[in-house]
Amino acid sequence: MRDVKISLVGYGIVGHGVVDVLNRKKKTLREMGLNLKLVSVTDHTGTVIAEDGVDSSKILGERTLQNVATSSMKGKEAIGAIDSDLMIEVTPTNIVHGQPGLGHMEAALSAGKHVVTSNKGPLVVSYSRLKKLAEDNGVMLKFEATVGGTMPLISLVERTLVGNTIYGIRGIFNGTCNYILTRMAEENIPYTHALSEAQDLGFAEADPSYDVEGVDTAGKVVILANALFDMNIKYSDVEVTGITGVTPEALALATKRGYAIKLIGDVPGLTVRPMLVPMGSPIAVGGTLNSAAIYTDLSGTITVTGLGAGSIETASAILTDIISIYRTKRIDAIF
Amino acid sequence: MRLSMDLELQDIPGQLLLALQPLKDNKANIISVVHHRERKTPRGTIPVRFVVEMDRSKIEIVKEQLKNSGVTVVRAGEDRFIEAVSVVLVGHVLDSDLGDTVKRIDSTGFAEVMDLSLTMPGVDEPSSAYLKIRATGKAEIQKALTILRDVGVEKKLLVIEPIEAEAV
Repeated sequence: MRDVKISLVGYGIVGHGVVDVLNRKKKTLREMGLNLKLVSVTDHTGTVIAEDGVDSSKILGERTLQNVATSSMKGKEAIGAIDSDLMIEVTPTNIVHGQPGLGHMEAALSAGKHVVTSNKGPLVVSYSRLKKLAEDNGVMLKFEATVGGTMPLISLVERTLVGNTIYGIRGIFNGTCNYILTRMAEENIPYTHALSEAQDLGFAEADPSYDVEGVDTAGKVVILANALFDMNIKYSDVEVTGITGVTPEALALATKRGYAIKLIGDVPGLTVRPMLVPMGSPIAVGGTLNSAAIYTDLSGTITVTGLGAGSIETASAILTDIISIYRTKRIDAIF
Repeated sequence: MRLSMDLELQDIPGQLLLALQPLKDNKANIISVVHHRERKTPRGTIPVRFVVEMDRSKIEIVKEQLKNSGVTVVRAGEDRFIEAVSVVLVGHVLDSDLGDTVKRIDSTGFAEVMDLSLTMPGVDEPSSAYLKIRATGKAEIQKALTILRDVGVEKKLLVIEPIEAEAV
């Protein structure tokens, strides 16, 4: 049995999902030979520490850790003080300066801890530096959950399609935009109407600009370009057009000719813009789904689709990353 | 340069080979051959349409050689618009001189707007237009899209292009 001590930093929607999933999957993981022990959970109010594993039933009902924290340590202080093998970083994304996630990841990697994250900000701002820091310290930095949520993309390219030359990846990487465009086309309603509907359903933030202006999609384009295409680019290298200018009339004209309009991120084209996608195309998915077409030399075009967001779904991608760190060549063997 | 030619072959064995020889001799790369057996002419010949990639200056030599082999050349060399692309424009499409936008494509000689639909919901609201553009080849389609992209920047229009089916 391989014992792994995990500290979780960030206790929002995804953080709750991680605690839930680690608890739910305890038995399955043990059967694989992996004993994942959540030794600490930290948020902006404090930290819960438990050497034998945090009791999920005691914290899952709490929105923040304010009432259950056993220590006042936060952020980097907690990361430095707590003995763990791996940190899960799920604090809110900031695509401009990457903080606080960037500082958390630097602290963890420098201390020789593996890092698994769903936080795009630090990777968009500082991917190559973080990658080098991980290599220098002999640990891994895994971030499948940052692009397409639970939809397998990074591991699919890095592992399953290894040996192929990847010409490019194009897809729908933002469920909020996809929901809005889908509803506009279905109901012939204006953008503002579809946006309020998405906000009512919790698919869009009160300030939706991050999604609808294409910022979120562009962040994912940066991550894919740097991680899978070694491009070493910055956010400003991506040409971004959001969906706010798309009209129901444009969608109707496109529909009549057999096209959907989708916000498409393109690597290595480094563009994010609304595009016409043939209705029959496997990437033309509706609702909040994400999709990606991977263009390869040997396997042709591979298309994946899945839920791009959600608490449990994102935690699922995080769990897969954790297991992959401890897997050796044989699926059932843990080193 | 991509060219097309319509030939008529006699309905006896070996005629297609006869038609191919001058193309081979003049280094024409054959893109497609459609053999219209079902559309036999009153003269008893079979229409065949070739699309080839070749040096335009050699077209007269090819025609001459085909005639000498007894192959009837009905038409050869005129550029054909064989590629098409759909684009949606959003913004003040009409007020920003739609005629001029269309002319920018049509005046290239290698591409033209073949279909256009316009929706105008209100005077102050952005209008939306669907354009189908055809061109002489894939590269020419890309050139036409580049022109439209520039027009979009200049006239503040959102240009919604089709996603490419393959990696470029």
